[in-house]
Amino acid sequence: MMDGTEQTHWTNDERQAAVKDSEGYVTADGRQIGGVLMELRNITLRFGGVVAIKDISFDIREGEIRAIIGPNGAGKSSMLNIISGFYTPSEGELWYKGAKRPPMKPYEVARMGVARTFQNIALFEGMSVLDNVMTGRLTHMNAGIASQALWWGKARDEEIANREVVEKVIDFLEIQSIRKTPVGRLPYGLKKRVELARALAAEPSILLLDEPMAGMNVEEKEDMSRFILDVNDEFGTTICLIEHDMGVVMDLSDRVVVMDYGKKIGDGPPDEVRANQDVIDAYLGVAH
Amino acid sequence: MGGDNLAYMSEGAEGLRSIPALLQRNATRFGTRPAYREKEFGIWQSWSWSEAETEIEAFALGLLNLGVEKGDHVAVIGRNRPTLYWSMVAAQMCGAVPVPLYQDAAAEEMEYALQHCGARFVIAADQEQVDKVIDIQDDLHQFEHMIYVDPRGMRKYDHRRLHEYSHIQNQGRAAYDEFIGELTARRESLGYDDTCVMLYTSGTTGKPKGVVLSNRNIIETAKNSAEFDKLGPGEEVLAYLPMAWVGDFIFSIGQAYWTGFCVNCPESAETMMTDLREIAPSYYFAPPRVFETQLTQIMIRMEDAGALKRKMFHHFMAHAREVGPKILDGKPVGLLDRLKYALGSGLVYGPLKNTLGFSNVRVGYTAGEAIGPEIFDFYRALGINLKQLYGQTEASVFITQQPDNEVRPDTVGVPSPGVEIRIAENGEVFYRSPGVFVEYYKNADSTADTKDPEGWVATGDAGFFEEGTGHLRIIDRAKDVGKMADGALFAPKYVENKLKFFPNILEAVVFGAGKDRCTAFINIDLTAVGNWAERNNIAYASYQELAGHPQVLETIRGHVEEVNASVAEDEMLSGCQIHRFLVLHKELDADDGELTRTRKVRRKIIAEKFHDLVTALYDGSDSIYTETEVTYEDGRKGKIRATLAIMDAKTVPAAPPAMAAE
Repeated sequence: MMDGTEQTHWTNDERQAAVKDSEGYVTADGRQIGGVLMELRNITLRFGGVVAIKDISFDIREGEIRAIIGPNGAGKSSMLNIISGFYTPSEGELWYKGAKRPPMKPYEVARMGVARTFQNIALFEGMSVLDNVMTGRLTHMNAGIASQALWWGKARDEEIANREVVEKVIDFLEIQSIRKTPVGRLPYGLKKRVELARALAAEPSILLLDEPMAGMNVEEKEDMSRFILDVNDEFGTTICLIEHDMGVVMDLSDRVVVMDYGKKIGDGPPDEVRANQDVIDAYLGVAH
Repeated sequence: MGGDNLAYMSEGAEGLRSIPALLQRNATRFGTRPAYREKEFGIWQSWSWSEAETEIEAFALGLLNLGVEKGDHVAVIGRNRPTLYWSMVAAQMCGAVPVPLYQDAAAEEMEYALQHCGARFVIAADQEQVDKVIDIQDDLHQFEHMIYVDPRGMRKYDHRRLHEYSHIQNQGRAAYDEFIGELTARRESLGYDDTCVMLYTSGTTGKPKGVVLSNRNIIETAKNSAEFDKLGPGEEVLAYLPMAWVGDFIFSIGQAYWTGFCVNCPESAETMMTDLREIAPSYYFAPPRVFETQLTQIMIRMEDAGALKRKMFHHFMAHAREVGPKILDGKPVGLLDRLKYALGSGLVYGPLKNTLGFSNVRVGYTAGEAIGPEIFDFYRALGINLKQLYGQTEASVFITQQPDNEVRPDTVGVPSPGVEIRIAENGEVFYRSPGVFVEYYKNADSTADTKDPEGWVATGDAGFFEEGTGHLRIIDRAKDVGKMADGALFAPKYVENKLKFFPNILEAVVFGAGKDRCTAFINIDLTAVGNWAERNNIAYASYQELAGHPQVLETIRGHVEEVNASVAEDEMLSGCQIHRFLVLHKELDADDGELTRTRKVRRKIIAEKFHDLVTALYDGSDSIYTETEVTYEDGRKGKIRATLAIMDAKTVPAAPPAMAAE
């Protein structure tokens, strides 16, 4: 910077500074990350006397893959539940697309473009894959009951348009062969993929993934990683994920928030987080 | 007069000397009739002949724009999709030679073919195929540009030598005025002896060879075979077999362009069975293995069905086996039997055919391997006109085929129209036909070894014409037929086929040339044996564990002994009974080089790789510890270790013919 040449390689500190200062940054693999999409300011969450999250702040930028990691009970899922509107924070503010978000019901949050998958698969077991994925389009349907019942006029047009979106997602995630199969009959790895399909069908601006690789074998993890990267690449979807598998997190994400006992102990690009002494302590364990 | 003459020229074979010329005719004659269908986004999308012509022309113009020259080789890699079929025809339009390659081949296998033909252009279906070519591109000094069809995941790639299919088409449309003159000139200059396609045969031994087939080979063969089975423009076929295989080229391009029928492409490899049911083809080809797998699945599902359904199925199937083939062949059948068959059609055969996607099959073929008589009869009993043919890449498929109503499981039929056949002294079958290949590319020695100056081609198979019917019967690969130590005839395939007719046995390899007795390796069929294990509460964690289960070994021993009894009845081959066998700890796999890509056994390689096991079969030991290297689908290697039990099987003393008759 001193000699005026264009800087091509940034240290982690410089990148962090750039993130704070500018409207975005460029990732190690050359993707342009945009401005702040969602910002969590001084979030605290209490359940009675238990403090699940203590004064945590971080942001999620447009187009990035943001990971939240931490040991069991660190408060990761609670954090995701706050973002998806399932919990309302006891203190702190949540800013979304430049505006402060008032306390909302989860379906209202979904309508604003936040979709999620669940740690314990939450699909309709008796329904076909296609119908399950179609439920992801619910926020995009507003035909009246009469029209729906007669499947005529608006309801029909809507369904055709929505089906097209759903079919593209099915094609994208390569689940054509199980399109008409009841979800209950599918193996675990495929169910996870169907959940991702349902979330994607909502065409979210932020996709929340709660442990997308949990319980998967190496091959299924590789497939899922590829799909997550492809989703981010093809649709430009911002992704916020919680994951236990450190290898996966470090390979996938652009920036990582590390939590331990409800507190934030690290935040930054994977390399920096990996070198952070607090993080190492949290994972290897020290006396508390 | 002149006008009449012209009309004749465009009607007959005279004016139609290339696939692009046939395309032009079809676009005029069939216009809006469907030429291609592909299921995408859950819906069958279709293209008429004139739409297909427009698409192909736009892509051909794009190829010219990219610099495709006459005589260039254009490799095509991917699953059956209209765009890839169009790519091949577009390449032909430009005077280039399409070279379809097996999509499941590993990068190194592709490297050999791409290097050998010196492909300047590669058209790949998707990221997976593009990645493979990128891996090896540094070793391909003639390679210049790659075109991909599916843009998914390709955004970040270096696009200097990489192009999207639709962009090439758009560029072609934009450059219409500039290149249409050149394209027309090239299309019209295509002659009957110009190369139509080059196909690499995997072969059971040695390096793959590039078989050069001319327009004459393909068009004459398509014409003859279409007339043989009275194929018309109304046929529907499902294109699901590898595009690199000569059969797919003849069915989906040769015959489709000659007769103007519609080619349907499945949504993905996994949805093939569903798509088959939806399309219900009228003309269908499948290797015996597909029919075997389907039958195994039907039987397994019937085992799980309710008692009433099961009873009904077995009752009517028994009746169908008796009279079905006769009705199909138009032989006299009593009225009562006919009525019962009609009832069976309503209750069992019809619904079953519908589930299998065979409701409309008018002509069905199987080839490549011997098919079990029970399997063959099962489908014919249902009223499906399933026939056998015998063919080779070098013959543009057809050598012999079975005419309607002359169908039997043990012959491969009469010579196809235009084919002459000669049997050499040693029993090897030779043929000569308009479909005989031009040459092996850049391999004059092999060409001369296979094809003599008069155009006779050695098949490498031993066979004979049956007296009376004039049908050809194939015994075995000529070079596999050998002698045992005592001079008795050794025909391994004959025995292996008998073994493979048992649903529990997927693959078998018999040894015995130059030895005093025969032994065998056996692969169990995981679907069939797995289902049996489930019903009998036998727990297993892996293929290896199931294959080594004592009860499985006993069952297989039973099968081997049955085969021995049946082999003993044949005077000439009674020495081929199996004395000892083992069940292999892994499935023979093309990725490990044990099978060809068309799933034929590579004897020599197997014998070398498992030489310790072969030794154990002959030295009298009861079990053997072995380690085998395996290759995973992504190219990584691993090792499996196992201790295999070696089983003895009872043999039957060769019976003199008089005894057998009693």
